Amino acid sequence: MNYERIREKLGILADAAKYDVSCSSSGSKRTNKDKGLGDSSGMGICHTYTEDGRCVSLLKILLTNHCIFDCAYCVTRKSNDIQRAAFTVQEVVDLTINFYRRNYIEGLFLSSGIFKSPDATMERLIAVAKKLRTEERFNGYIHLKSIPGASDELMREAGLYADRLSVNIEIPTKAGLKLLAPDKDHKDFIKPMKAVQKSIQIYQSEKKVLRSTPVYAPAGQSTQMIVGATGESDRDIMYSAHFFYEKFQMKRVYYSGYIPVSNDSRLPALGTQVPVMRENRLYQTDWLLRFYGFNIQEILNDEHQNLDMDVDPKLSWALRNLDQFPIDINFADKHMIARVPGIGMKSVHKIINARRYRKLGWEHLKALGIASNRAKYFITCDSRHFESRDLTAAQIKQHIMIQSSSKYAGQFSPQLRLFS
Amino acid sequence: MIATYVYDGSWLGLLTSVFDTFSHKAQQPRIVKARIYEPSFFAESHEVITCLDKATRVLTKIQKLGSNKARGLVYRAFLSEQDGVEEEILRYIQLLLKNPAAATNDYGHPVTLAIHQAVKKVGREKHRMEAFIRFHLLDEQLYAATIEPDFNVLPIIAPHFESRYADQQWLIYDIKRKYGIYYDLNTVVEITLDPTAKPTALVNSTTSNNLPETENNYRDLWNEYFKKTNIESRKNMKLHVQHVPKRYWKYLSEKV
Repeated sequence: MNYERIREKLGILADAAKYDVSCSSSGSKRTNKDKGLGDSSGMGICHTYTEDGRCVSLLKILLTNHCIFDCAYCVTRKSNDIQRAAFTVQEVVDLTINFYRRNYIEGLFLSSGIFKSPDATMERLIAVAKKLRTEERFNGYIHLKSIPGASDELMREAGLYADRLSVNIEIPTKAGLKLLAPDKDHKDFIKPMKAVQKSIQIYQSEKKVLRSTPVYAPAGQSTQMIVGATGESDRDIMYSAHFFYEKFQMKRVYYSGYIPVSNDSRLPALGTQVPVMRENRLYQTDWLLRFYGFNIQEILNDEHQNLDMDVDPKLSWALRNLDQFPIDINFADKHMIARVPGIGMKSVHKIINARRYRKLGWEHLKALGIASNRAKYFITCDSRHFESRDLTAAQIKQHIMIQSSSKYAGQFSPQLRLFS
Repeated sequence: MIATYVYDGSWLGLLTSVFDTFSHKAQQPRIVKARIYEPSFFAESHEVITCLDKATRVLTKIQKLGSNKARGLVYRAFLSEQDGVEEEILRYIQLLLKNPAAATNDYGHPVTLAIHQAVKKVGREKHRMEAFIRFHLLDEQLYAATIEPDFNVLPIIAPHFESRYADQQWLIYDIKRKYGIYYDLNTVVEITLDPTAKPTALVNSTTSNNLPETENNYRDLWNEYFKKTNIESRKNMKLHVQHVPKRYWKYLSEKV
């Protein structure tokens, strides 16, 4: 192995792959077989974190950054003057295995620029995964990109070796896509998603009849959307995320704040700040939809097209619906407790268990770990102390904001700093 | 008079002590490790002689009343090695005998909550070790790593590494507690290293800079990857340090 050359290529191709934010290594059921290498049946593990605070759990690289497309938002677009490189199949396999054996990574995340044709690219990606699974007997996590426009047969094969497949929709609206990626068709993104979804369903129903049916993409599909490139509202973004969760049973939708990579007049200028705060609020909304039983229309609708940047979406919802509060923590329904700002799902679980044995007061709730500085305006408990003033939503927001600050606030707040 | 039970610091020793406090019907007993025990004029002390039979009886009872969950909680709390954890465990077992359901689910009870909090700390450290351990290939056959975890997590991380690295020999050595776990392609065994033996030299070499060249290369490749995958315009050191606390940086070649 020519170490110097590999190092150079790794630098180029890791640099090009880093804008893909998907990092999860969980959700697969692949166990170690016949004393091979690796196991991805447990929880995901983040082996380190970069200085921007994002986790590193997979070796995330492109096979090549040669690309025949010219999408304005993408750093590897055809017209961009950058260094190009390509790995061979064997090089990717060697890197993955050697990193994995040293406990650096949970597996491989392989994407690629589209060279020659979508099918030729997809074939090469599958070749890497196949070699890892069959020759190296690798049971770690493999995340492959579905290349838009790849044939259904190839997508079916990809799922036999990969744990997760993903197509990045990138631009949430069709109009935006037309503006920024004129060579790409919205249908090309949807087609591989459909093919994979269909195969997952087929394999799952066969598994019920025949236990020895091989696993097919056990960690499902995911996708990603760029935030802040074409001026869509938070409502547009979350409604299309909701569409993918419902229609394609996506395991995850990722939101990636647009990082200016070109001087194109259709896009925010170079040096524009990354909308990290907005991204954070979108993820919080995503969680409310998936785990807290919220309906998308409750959080974003015609009246509220964008999320509140000052406070989290749950608090924002609660402030708009003060008529539903306060609730008594000792009697309220589980779903209602989950809607109280400052109480997460783990605390909900603990509260439900604990209140069977005694009435809970503030001291219990604090010991359980709820954020009482937010929750205290919305609940009563077994105590004579409760918020007795008739505060307006604006006053509550004011009180809460004085006491707290987000870890994204200082650096990434849209508020201009006086001194910097 | 307060009765103090002095045990050898082992898991079975602790269980034996619990057995003895019950059989003596001791009032408000204390249980301490022999290593940190200081005799007091006002307390009578019992030296606990570790006994497999007694320990098994306690363990069986715990399992019967609180199933595997309670057994796991008690074991992990013990691994935290915190001061006073023995008494917390004793009080937890007393609660378990009195009201089995409350002991596992009543998070409003201070004893239950204390155990859960200790277990949570241990669980976090376990997960961090699974993430931050870095192996170096030595002598072309042994993947070795040294660690100094806050809690004694080696016994609970062994199954994770065993199922993951089933086809390579590996050794994880706890420098602080002076023992390690070694996988010889068949089973995981606990080992202690003789300071003059060859493996010690091997382990020592992982901390110094005289690694074989291929090892240095892979470490460099990894460091390069780490550097390139960072997005400079999103730099957020507060978040970074929150995820990778500074006390773990010593394991991570990319942070050294």
